[in-house]
Amino acid sequence: MANIFLIMLTAILLENFIFSKFYGICPFLGVSEKPATALGMGMAVTFVMTIASAATYAVYYLILEKFNLQYLKTIAFILVIAALVQFIEMFLRKFVPALYSALGIYLPLITTNCAVLGSALVNIQNGYNFIESVVFGFSAALGFTMAILIFAGVRERLAYANPPKAFEGFPLTLITAGLLAMAFSGFSGISFN
Amino acid sequence: MNFTDIIIPVLWFIGLGAVMGLLLAFASKIFAVKVDERIPQVTECLPGANCGGCGYTGCAALAEAIVKGEAPVNKCPVGGGEVAKKIAAVMGVEASEPVRMRAQVMCSGTAEFSKKKYIYEGARDCIAASKIGGGDKLCPNGCIGLGTCVKSCPFNAIKVENGVAVVDYAKCTGCGTCVAACPKHIIKLIPYESAHWVGCMSVDDGKTTRKYCDVGCISCKLCEKNCEAGAITVTDYVASIDYSKCTGCNVCVSKCPRKIIWSAKKQGRDGLIISRAHLED
Repeated sequence: MANIFLIMLTAILLENFIFSKFYGICPFLGVSEKPATALGMGMAVTFVMTIASAATYAVYYLILEKFNLQYLKTIAFILVIAALVQFIEMFLRKFVPALYSALGIYLPLITTNCAVLGSALVNIQNGYNFIESVVFGFSAALGFTMAILIFAGVRERLAYANPPKAFEGFPLTLITAGLLAMAFSGFSGISFN
Repeated sequence: MNFTDIIIPVLWFIGLGAVMGLLLAFASKIFAVKVDERIPQVTECLPGANCGGCGYTGCAALAEAIVKGEAPVNKCPVGGGEVAKKIAAVMGVEASEPVRMRAQVMCSGTAEFSKKKYIYEGARDCIAASKIGGGDKLCPNGCIGLGTCVKSCPFNAIKVENGVAVVDYAKCTGCGTCVAACPKHIIKLIPYESAHWVGCMSVDDGKTTRKYCDVGCISCKLCEKNCEAGAITVTDYVASIDYSKCTGCNVCVSKCPRKIIWSAKKQGRDGLIISRAHLED
């Protein structure tokens, strides 16, 4: 139990996907203009990452390892995740239309998202078992959601700022992201060993 | 290097790909949701800017409403007659052409004409500025000129010139997004082909208006008296034009002592461009 808690804390704060690993920067910058869309994206990522962690675990240990094909895990995971997201999208559309309309437009965006692939690869790298993998995927996505929500809140305020011409738009956004990442680097001093 | 080292992974991935592909193919059949095939067809006809000018959340939402019969085929103010015709063809009905509109900022008070009551240095946004004493201009109905409409325009058709927002008619599609965005409510939609408008919305009497703006309507009623078509009326100390009656005779433009009845002249195929000629002579 303590182990699970440790994995969660590490994934959310210490090794936050965005602020310390720089995974998933594309959606982080792309859909963080409003907190509402940021939350939608975060929820979609959480949903996909949790399920993808379970699926890639199965693919890796049931197929790849049996046939000594571990070196092909990256391409295999991309294939599995992309197919899985497509499948989930169709499934939701038919059976859970409410969830589909909430997540629908974000799901195709993260089929080949590096954060999703990253969590699958980190699971293998760290040698997590099935439950640990799913917990890691879920909490890494929670960390992502938290980061994108905080950033969306900051950006909402920044929209009305009056920066020098050279900083307008993306430069200011990137600097803000950098400052936020620096703030989060404070967590990396914590050690659980 | 063993030949099977290559063959086995290749076969495995062909198999994996085929399984995934088949799974998705079956899923798309099993989980197929019945969508009226006209919805994507209508969406295709629409401009796709998702400006919301029709009152729906976007082009796809309007397409759905049109197919369901909740909206008329000519609901899109941006696409105009051409789009309405295309949609009508999809829906199999007759289309009547909507009147094309354009946005017009009803203020002539550029920096050299209108007086300010304070120097505003806050957030560069009209809504923010309008919360502080109604903006920095003395005129309560003047353009603040910080470009909230510029930011809202999905077609990049507005820019701020000398403290007053100006609409580029060639780009304006009449979607009305800026009309909703302006905190001063001084942007109006007028028929695209109409050549004249009164560039002031001050509802103060002439004496008060004179104090804060050199180009404000002082309700002298010269335009109202001289308009042969009876299209201009002065109510609440400001003149307004009834476009159903206006004949475009230009008399009001020459009679206005404050030179705030503007006239756009037609130029080229893009339609109207702004003419400042009457201010110069």
